[in-house]
Amino acid sequence: MEKKVVATSSLAGCFGCHMSLLDIDERILELIELVEFDKSPVNDVKKFSRRVDIGLIEGGCCNEENVHVLKEFRAQCKVLVSVGECAIMGGLQAIRNTIPLKECLDEAYLNGPSVKGCNEESIIPNDEELPVILNKVYPCHEIVKIDYHLPGCPPSADLIWNALRALVLDEKMEMPYELVKYD
Amino acid sequence: MNQILKFKLDGVECMGYKDQYITNAAAENGFYIPTLCNIPGVKPRGACRICNVRVNGKLMTACTTPLANGMVIECQTEELKDLRKAIIELMLTEGNHFCPSCEKSGNCELQALAYRFNITVPRFKYQFPERDIEASHPKLIKDHNRCILCKRCIRVIKDEQGRNIFAFGKRGNRITINIDTELANDISDENARMAYEICPVGAILLRENAFREPIGKRKFDHVPIGIEMERFHK
Ligand code: SF4
Ligand code: SF4
Ligand code: FES
Repeated sequence: MEKKVVATSSLAGCFGCHMSLLDIDERILELIELVEFDKSPVNDVKKFSRRVDIGLIEGGCCNEENVHVLKEFRAQCKVLVSVGECAIMGGLQAIRNTIPLKECLDEAYLNGPSVKGCNEESIIPNDEELPVILNKVYPCHEIVKIDYHLPGCPPSADLIWNALRALVLDEKMEMPYELVKYD
Repeated sequence: MNQILKFKLDGVECMGYKDQYITNAAAENGFYIPTLCNIPGVKPRGACRICNVRVNGKLMTACTTPLANGMVIECQTEELKDLRKAIIELMLTEGNHFCPSCEKSGNCELQALAYRFNITVPRFKYQFPERDIEASHPKLIKDHNRCILCKRCIRVIKDEQGRNIFAFGKRGNRITINIDTELANDISDENARMAYEICPVGAILLRENAFREPIGKRKFDHVPIGIEMERFHK
Protein backbone atom coordinates (compact mmCIF):
# COMPACT_ATOMS: atom_id res chain seq x y z
CA MET A 1 0.00 0.00 0.00
CA GLU A 2 1.25 3.44 -0.86
CA LYS A 3 1.85 5.53 2.23
CA LYS A 4 -0.52 8.41 2.91
CA VAL A 5 1.11 11.80 3.32
CA VAL A 6 0.44 13.88 6.43
CA ALA A 7 1.23 17.54 7.14
CA THR A 8 0.80 19.30 10.47
CA SER A 9 1.09 22.81 11.81
CA SER A 10 0.69 24.71 15.04
CA LEU A 11 -0.96 28.10 14.50
CA ALA A 12 -1.97 30.01 17.65
CA GLY A 13 -1.50 26.98 19.85
CA CYS A 14 0.93 25.81 22.52
CA PHE A 15 2.25 22.70 20.75
CA GLY A 16 0.40 20.60 23.31
CA CYS A 17 -1.59 18.86 20.57
CA HIS A 18 1.63 17.95 18.81
CA MET A 19 2.98 16.63 22.11
CA SER A 20 -0.17 14.58 22.46
CA LEU A 21 0.44 13.13 18.99
CA LEU A 22 3.88 12.04 20.20
CA ASP A 23 2.18 10.48 23.23
CA ILE A 24 1.05 7.58 21.04
CA ASP A 25 4.28 6.02 22.31
CA GLU A 26 5.39 2.85 20.51
CA ARG A 27 2.51 3.15 18.06
CA ILE A 28 4.69 5.75 16.37
CA LEU A 29 6.47 2.78 14.77
CA GLU A 30 3.18 1.62 13.33
CA LEU A 31 2.44 5.18 12.25
CA ILE A 32 5.61 5.53 10.19
CA GLU A 33 4.67 2.32 8.41
CA LEU A 34 1.38 3.93 7.46
CA VAL A 35 2.29 7.53 6.72
CA GLU A 36 4.97 9.86 5.55
CA PHE A 37 5.23 13.40 6.88
CA ASP A 38 5.47 16.38 4.57
CA LYS A 39 5.48 19.94 6.00
CA SER A 40 5.42 19.51 9.77
CA PRO A 41 7.29 20.48 12.94
CA VAL A 42 7.55 16.73 13.62
CA ASN A 43 10.28 16.41 10.94
CA ASP A 44 11.06 20.14 10.75
CA VAL A 45 10.08 20.37 7.09
CA LYS A 46 9.07 23.98 6.46
CA LYS A 47 7.49 23.86 3.00
CA PHE A 48 5.01 21.66 1.22
CA SER A 49 6.72 19.50 -1.40
CA ARG A 50 3.46 18.14 -2.83
CA ARG A 51 -0.26 17.90 -2.29
CA VAL A 52 -0.92 15.80 0.82
CA ASP A 53 -3.68 13.50 2.02
CA ILE A 54 -4.23 14.63 5.60
CA GLY A 55 -3.56 17.96 7.28
CA LEU A 56 -3.70 18.34 11.06
CA ILE A 57 -4.10 21.88 12.36
CA GLU A 58 -3.39 22.80 15.94
CA GLY A 59 -4.28 26.31 17.15
CA GLY A 60 -6.64 29.01 15.97
CA CYS A 61 -5.86 32.15 14.00
CA CYS A 62 -4.62 35.13 15.98
CA ASN A 63 -2.51 36.85 13.30
CA GLU A 64 -2.32 37.14 9.54
CA GLU A 65 0.43 34.55 9.26
CA ASN A 66 -1.85 31.96 10.89
CA VAL A 67 -4.49 32.76 8.26
CA HIS A 68 -1.93 32.44 5.48
CA VAL A 69 -0.69 29.05 6.72
CA LEU A 70 -4.22 27.78 7.27
CA LYS A 71 -5.26 28.75 3.74
CA GLU A 72 -2.17 27.07 2.36
CA PHE A 73 -3.04 23.90 4.27
CA ARG A 74 -6.56 24.00 2.90
CA ALA A 75 -5.22 24.31 -0.61
CA GLN A 76 -2.67 21.49 -0.15
CA CYS A 77 -4.59 18.95 1.98
CA LYS A 78 -7.31 16.65 0.74
CA VAL A 79 -8.64 16.28 4.27
CA LEU A 80 -8.14 18.96 6.89
CA VAL A 81 -8.64 18.29 10.60
CA SER A 82 -8.92 20.80 13.44
CA VAL A 83 -7.06 19.26 16.36
CA GLY A 84 -7.77 20.63 19.83
CA GLU A 85 -9.82 23.39 21.42
CA CYS A 86 -7.74 26.27 20.04
CA ALA A 87 -8.33 25.19 16.45
CA ILE A 88 -11.98 24.48 17.22
CA MET A 89 -12.95 27.54 19.25
CA GLY A 90 -9.89 29.76 19.57
CA GLY A 91 -8.84 28.33 22.92
CA LEU A 92 -7.68 30.35 25.89
CA GLN A 93 -6.16 32.95 23.56
CA ALA A 94 -9.72 33.79 22.56
CA ILE A 95 -10.41 35.10 26.05
CA ARG A 96 -9.07 38.32 24.54
CA ASN A 97 -11.98 38.33 22.10
CA THR A 98 -14.14 39.92 24.75
CA ILE A 99 -11.71 42.82 25.16
CA PRO A 100 -10.94 45.45 22.47
CA LEU A 101 -7.56 44.79 20.81
CA LYS A 102 -6.14 48.19 21.72
CA GLU A 103 -6.89 47.59 25.38
CA CYS A 104 -5.10 44.21 25.21
CA LEU A 105 -2.00 45.68 23.56
CA ASP A 106 -1.91 48.63 25.96
CA GLU A 107 -2.09 46.23 28.89
CA ALA A 108 0.61 43.95 27.45
CA TYR A 109 3.11 46.65 26.46
CA LEU A 110 2.30 49.83 28.36
CA ASN A 111 0.20 49.38 31.48
CA GLY A 112 0.66 45.83 32.74
CA PRO A 113 2.44 45.49 36.12
CA SER A 114 5.57 43.99 34.53
CA VAL A 115 5.94 46.71 31.86
CA LYS A 116 4.59 49.86 33.48
CA GLY A 117 7.27 52.53 33.54
CA CYS A 118 9.78 50.41 31.55
CA ASN A 119 8.56 51.21 28.05
CA GLU A 120 9.56 54.86 27.95
CA GLU A 121 8.82 55.47 24.33
CA SER A 122 5.52 53.64 24.65
CA ILE A 123 6.35 51.25 21.84
CA ILE A 124 3.86 48.64 20.80
CA PRO A 125 5.78 46.30 18.46
CA ASN A 126 4.76 46.93 14.87
CA ASP A 127 7.83 46.01 12.83
CA GLU A 128 6.86 45.04 9.31
CA GLU A 129 8.54 41.65 9.82
CA LEU A 130 5.96 40.83 12.46
CA PRO A 131 2.68 39.28 11.38
CA VAL A 132 -0.18 41.69 11.96
CA ILE A 133 -2.30 40.67 14.91
CA LEU A 134 -6.00 40.14 14.14
CA ASN A 135 -8.82 41.97 15.89
CA LYS A 136 -9.93 38.63 17.34
CA VAL A 137 -8.77 35.04 17.58
CA TYR A 138 -10.69 32.97 15.03
CA PRO A 139 -11.57 29.28 15.09
CA CYS A 140 -10.16 27.58 11.98
CA HIS A 141 -13.55 26.63 10.55
CA GLU A 142 -14.50 30.31 10.47
CA ILE A 143 -11.61 30.91 8.01
CA VAL A 144 -11.57 27.78 5.81
CA LYS A 145 -13.63 24.62 5.47
CA ILE A 146 -12.57 22.03 8.05
CA ASP A 147 -13.52 18.40 7.47
CA TYR A 148 -13.21 16.94 10.97
CA HIS A 149 -12.80 18.22 14.52
CA LEU A 150 -10.98 16.46 17.35
CA PRO A 151 -11.85 18.12 20.67
CA GLY A 152 -9.64 18.21 23.74
CA CYS A 153 -7.02 20.37 25.39
CA PRO A 154 -5.15 18.50 24.14
CA PRO A 155 -7.07 15.67 22.49
CA SER A 156 -5.79 12.44 23.99
CA ALA A 157 -3.15 10.50 22.11
CA ASP A 158 -5.66 7.69 21.69
CA LEU A 159 -8.16 10.00 20.03
CA ILE A 160 -5.56 11.38 17.62
CA TRP A 161 -4.37 7.87 16.91
CA ASN A 162 -7.89 6.59 16.25
CA ALA A 163 -8.50 9.51 13.90
CA LEU A 164 -5.27 9.10 11.98
CA ARG A 165 -5.74 5.36 11.61
CA ALA A 166 -9.31 5.76 10.44
CA LEU A 167 -8.31 8.41 7.89
CA VAL A 168 -5.33 6.47 6.62
CA LEU A 169 -7.10 3.11 6.39
CA ASP A 170 -10.39 4.65 5.30
CA GLU A 171 -12.25 3.10 8.22
CA LYS A 172 -14.95 4.40 10.51
CA MET A 173 -13.39 6.22 13.42
CA GLU A 174 -13.93 5.01 16.96
CA MET A 175 -14.88 7.79 19.35
CA PRO A 176 -15.54 6.14 22.72
CA TYR A 177 -17.15 8.37 25.36
CA GLU A 178 -14.05 8.55 27.53
CA LEU A 179 -11.89 9.96 24.74
CA VAL A 180 -13.99 12.87 23.54
CA LYS A 181 -13.52 15.63 26.11
CA TYR A 182 -13.08 19.40 25.97
CA ASP A 183 -10.28 19.64 28.54
CA MET B 1 -52.71 6.52 46.24
CA ASN B 2 -52.43 8.54 43.10
CA GLN B 3 -54.39 7.51 40.06
CA ILE B 4 -52.36 5.30 37.69
CA LEU B 5 -52.09 6.49 34.08
CA LYS B 6 -50.88 4.72 30.95
CA PHE B 7 -48.76 6.37 28.29
CA LYS B 8 -46.47 5.42 25.43
CA LEU B 9 -42.88 6.60 25.21
CA ASP B 10 -41.01 5.97 21.97
CA GLY B 11 -43.34 3.08 21.32
CA VAL B 12 -42.98 1.44 24.73
CA GLU B 13 -46.03 1.06 26.98
CA CYS B 14 -45.38 2.83 30.29
CA MET B 15 -47.20 3.65 33.48
CA GLY B 16 -47.12 6.67 35.71
CA TYR B 17 -49.21 8.66 38.16
CA LYS B 18 -51.60 11.56 37.81
CA ASP B 19 -49.84 14.89 38.46
CA GLN B 20 -46.44 13.42 37.68
CA TYR B 21 -44.30 15.39 35.24
CA ILE B 22 -43.33 13.55 32.06
CA THR B 23 -39.59 13.64 32.91
CA ASN B 24 -40.13 11.92 36.26
CA ALA B 25 -42.54 9.36 34.87
CA ALA B 26 -40.10 8.58 32.07
CA ALA B 27 -37.26 8.08 34.56
CA GLU B 28 -39.35 5.67 36.61
CA ASN B 29 -39.96 3.67 33.45
CA GLY B 30 -36.27 3.52 32.63
CA PHE B 31 -36.08 6.35 30.09
CA TYR B 32 -33.81 9.35 30.31
CA ILE B 33 -35.22 12.53 28.87
CA PRO B 34 -32.33 15.03 28.86
CA THR B 35 -32.92 18.03 31.15
CA LEU B 36 -30.79 20.96 32.16
CA CYS B 37 -32.71 23.66 34.02
CA ASN B 38 -34.88 21.12 35.80
CA ILE B 39 -34.21 19.88 39.33
CA PRO B 40 -36.46 17.01 40.42
CA GLY B 41 -38.52 18.05 43.42
CA VAL B 42 -38.37 21.79 42.69
CA LYS B 43 -41.13 23.57 40.77
CA PRO B 44 -40.06 23.37 37.10
CA ARG B 45 -39.40 26.51 35.14
CA GLY B 46 -39.13 25.38 31.52
CA ALA B 47 -36.18 27.69 30.95
CA CYS B 48 -33.88 25.69 28.69
CA ARG B 49 -36.13 23.50 26.48
CA ILE B 50 -33.58 20.67 26.38
CA CYS B 51 -36.37 18.34 27.50
CA ASN B 52 -38.44 19.01 24.38
CA VAL B 53 -40.54 16.00 23.43
CA ARG B 54 -43.52 15.57 21.13
CA VAL B 55 -46.70 14.85 23.09
CA ASN B 56 -49.44 13.59 20.77
CA GLY B 57 -47.45 15.28 18.00
CA LYS B 58 -47.08 18.64 19.74
CA LEU B 59 -43.76 20.03 20.96
CA MET B 60 -43.80 20.31 24.78
CA THR B 61 -41.26 20.62 27.58
CA ALA B 62 -41.33 17.31 29.43
CA CYS B 63 -40.22 18.84 32.75
CA THR B 64 -43.28 21.12 32.96
CA THR B 65 -45.96 18.92 31.38
CA PRO B 66 -47.97 16.65 33.69
CA LEU B 67 -48.80 13.19 32.47
CA ALA B 68 -52.25 12.47 31.04
CA ASN B 69 -53.82 9.12 30.29
CA GLY B 70 -53.08 7.75 26.83
CA MET B 71 -50.37 10.27 25.97
CA VAL B 72 -48.16 9.27 23.06
CA ILE B 73 -44.72 10.75 23.67
CA GLU B 74 -41.81 10.83 21.26
CA CYS B 75 -38.36 11.57 22.68
CA GLN B 76 -35.51 10.03 20.69
CA THR B 77 -36.53 10.97 17.15
CA GLU B 78 -33.87 12.40 14.84
CA GLU B 79 -35.70 15.73 14.80
CA LEU B 80 -35.77 16.04 18.59
CA LYS B 81 -32.20 14.83 19.04
CA ASP B 82 -31.03 17.49 16.64
CA LEU B 83 -33.17 20.15 18.30
CA ARG B 84 -31.60 19.39 21.69
CA LYS B 85 -28.16 19.33 20.18
CA ALA B 86 -28.80 22.72 18.59
CA ILE B 87 -29.86 24.21 21.93
CA ILE B 88 -26.65 23.01 23.58
CA GLU B 89 -24.62 24.39 20.69
CA LEU B 90 -26.41 27.73 21.04
CA MET B 91 -25.55 27.85 24.74
CA LEU B 92 -21.91 27.00 24.09
CA THR B 93 -21.57 29.78 21.52
CA GLU B 94 -23.80 32.39 23.17
CA GLY B 95 -21.63 32.66 26.31
CA ASN B 96 -17.89 32.28 26.83
CA HIS B 97 -17.19 28.64 27.58
CA PHE B 98 -13.47 27.98 27.85
CA CYS B 99 -13.76 24.45 29.19
CA PRO B 100 -10.00 23.81 29.48
CA SER B 101 -9.74 26.51 32.15
CA CYS B 102 -13.12 26.08 33.80
CA GLU B 103 -13.37 24.99 37.42
CA LYS B 104 -16.55 23.04 36.68
CA SER B 105 -15.16 21.07 33.74
CA GLY B 106 -15.84 17.37 34.20
CA ASN B 107 -18.70 18.10 36.58
CA CYS B 108 -20.61 20.47 34.30
CA GLU B 109 -24.03 19.40 33.04
CA LEU B 110 -23.90 21.58 29.93
CA GLN B 111 -20.59 20.03 28.94
CA ALA B 112 -21.89 16.57 29.85
CA LEU B 113 -24.87 17.01 27.54
CA ALA B 114 -22.54 18.19 24.78
CA TYR B 115 -20.51 15.00 25.30
CA ARG B 116 -23.61 12.87 25.31
CA PHE B 117 -24.84 14.45 22.08
CA ASN B 118 -21.41 13.92 20.44
CA ILE B 119 -20.79 17.61 19.78
CA THR B 120 -17.31 18.11 18.41
CA VAL B 121 -17.93 21.62 17.08
CA PRO B 122 -21.02 23.81 17.30
CA ARG B 123 -22.80 24.74 14.06
CA PHE B 124 -23.15 28.36 15.25
CA LYS B 125 -20.57 31.11 15.26
CA TYR B 126 -18.92 31.83 18.60
CA GLN B 127 -20.25 35.16 19.87
CA PHE B 128 -17.57 35.98 22.48
CA PRO B 129 -19.83 38.44 24.32
CA GLU B 130 -18.43 40.86 26.86
CA ARG B 131 -19.46 39.61 30.30
CA ASP B 132 -18.47 40.38 33.87
CA ILE B 133 -17.21 38.29 36.73
CA GLU B 134 -18.47 39.29 40.17
CA ALA B 135 -15.55 38.50 42.43
CA SER B 136 -16.30 40.77 45.38
CA HIS B 137 -18.42 38.40 47.45
CA PRO B 138 -16.75 36.71 50.41
CA LYS B 139 -17.70 33.10 49.67
CA LEU B 140 -18.90 32.93 46.09
CA ILE B 141 -17.81 34.06 42.64
CA LYS B 142 -20.42 34.69 39.97
CA ASP B 143 -19.07 34.23 36.45
CA HIS B 144 -21.53 35.66 33.94
CA ASN B 145 -19.51 34.26 31.05
CA ARG B 146 -20.86 30.82 31.82
CA CYS B 147 -24.35 31.51 33.15
CA ILE B 148 -27.01 29.82 31.03
CA LEU B 149 -29.88 31.58 32.83
CA CYS B 150 -31.43 28.32 33.99
CA LYS B 151 -32.67 30.04 37.16
CA ARG B 152 -31.92 27.04 39.35
CA CYS B 153 -30.15 29.32 41.83
CA ILE B 154 -33.11 31.69 42.03
CA ARG B 155 -35.51 28.84 42.65
CA VAL B 156 -33.48 27.01 45.27
CA ILE B 157 -31.16 29.29 47.23
CA LYS B 158 -32.89 31.34 49.94
CA ASP B 159 -31.67 32.67 53.27
CA GLU B 160 -33.21 31.71 56.64
CA GLN B 161 -35.98 34.23 56.11
CA GLY B 162 -36.82 32.87 52.69
CA ARG B 163 -35.27 35.79 50.81
CA ASN B 164 -33.75 35.17 47.39
CA ILE B 165 -29.96 35.44 47.36
CA PHE B 166 -29.92 35.34 43.56
CA ALA B 167 -32.05 37.69 41.48
CA PHE B 168 -32.45 39.06 37.98
CA GLY B 169 -30.44 42.06 36.90
CA LYS B 170 -31.26 43.88 33.65
CA ARG B 171 -33.95 42.61 31.27
CA GLY B 172 -34.51 41.21 27.80
CA ASN B 173 -31.42 39.98 25.98
CA ARG B 174 -29.20 41.83 28.48
CA ILE B 175 -30.62 39.77 31.34
CA THR B 176 -28.21 38.62 34.03
CA ILE B 177 -28.59 36.70 37.23
CA ASN B 178 -26.83 38.45 40.07
CA ILE B 179 -26.01 37.79 43.69
CA ASP B 180 -27.62 40.13 46.19
CA THR B 181 -24.52 41.78 47.62
CA GLU B 182 -25.85 42.23 51.16
CA LEU B 183 -27.35 38.78 51.49
CA ALA B 184 -24.21 37.23 49.95
CA ASN B 185 -22.15 38.77 52.75
CA ASP B 186 -24.09 36.74 55.33
CA ILE B 187 -24.64 33.58 53.31
CA SER B 188 -24.08 30.41 55.36
CA ASP B 189 -21.36 27.97 54.31
CA GLU B 190 -24.00 25.38 53.67
CA ASN B 191 -25.99 27.68 51.37
CA ALA B 192 -22.85 28.78 49.55
CA ARG B 193 -21.94 25.18 48.83
CA MET B 194 -25.47 24.40 47.77
CA ALA B 195 -25.41 27.33 45.34
CA TYR B 196 -22.19 26.01 43.82
CA GLU B 197 -23.63 22.53 43.53
CA ILE B 198 -27.05 23.51 42.23
CA CYS B 199 -25.56 25.53 39.36
CA PRO B 200 -25.30 23.11 36.43
CA VAL B 201 -22.36 25.04 34.96
CA GLY B 202 -19.39 26.96 36.30
CA ALA B 203 -21.30 30.20 36.84
CA ILE B 204 -21.39 29.99 40.65
CA LEU B 205 -18.04 29.12 42.18
CA LEU B 206 -17.16 28.48 45.75
CA ARG B 207 -13.97 30.20 46.82
CA GLU B 208 -10.93 28.03 47.64
CA ASN B 209 -12.60 25.04 46.09
CA ALA B 210 -11.36 24.93 42.49
CA PHE B 211 -9.75 21.93 40.80
CA ARG B 212 -10.00 19.68 43.85
CA GLU B 213 -10.81 16.57 41.86
CA PRO B 214 -8.21 15.37 39.39
CA ILE B 215 -9.15 14.57 35.80
CA GLY B 216 -10.43 11.01 35.75
CA LYS B 217 -12.24 11.33 39.10
CA ARG B 218 -14.90 13.82 38.07
CA LYS B 219 -18.58 13.08 37.65
CA PHE B 220 -18.75 12.83 33.86
CA ASP B 221 -15.23 11.65 33.04
CA HIS B 222 -16.27 8.05 32.48
CA VAL B 223 -20.06 7.90 32.33
CA PRO B 224 -22.51 9.94 30.27
CA ILE B 225 -25.06 12.10 32.02
CA GLY B 226 -28.39 10.37 32.60
CA ILE B 227 -27.12 6.85 32.22
CA GLU B 228 -28.29 5.89 35.71
CA MET B 229 -31.90 6.42 34.62
CA GLU B 230 -31.78 4.36 31.49
CA ARG B 231 -33.14 0.94 30.93
CA PHE B 232 -34.08 1.72 27.35
CA HIS B 233 -31.92 4.18 25.55
CA LYS B 234 -30.35 5.66 22.42
S1 SF4 C 1 -19.45 25.96 32.43
FE1 SF4 C 1 -19.30 23.92 31.54
S2 SF4 C 1 -19.42 24.27 29.34
FE2 SF4 C 1 -18.95 26.24 30.30
S3 SF4 C 1 -16.73 26.40 30.29
FE3 SF4 C 1 -17.28 25.46 32.23
S4 SF4 C 1 -17.18 23.25 31.84
FE4 SF4 C 1 -17.24 24.25 29.86
S1 SF4 D 1 -25.88 31.05 37.95
FE1 SF4 D 1 -25.97 28.88 37.47
S2 SF4 D 1 -27.87 28.21 38.47
FE2 SF4 D 1 -27.98 30.42 38.34
S3 SF4 D 1 -29.05 30.83 36.41
FE3 SF4 D 1 -26.85 30.91 35.95
S4 SF4 D 1 -26.41 28.85 35.26
FE4 SF4 D 1 -28.35 28.71 36.34
S1 FES E 1 -35.29 20.84 31.53
FE1 FES E 1 -37.24 21.21 30.76
S2 FES E 1 -37.08 23.20 29.98
FE2 FES E 1 -35.14 22.90 30.93
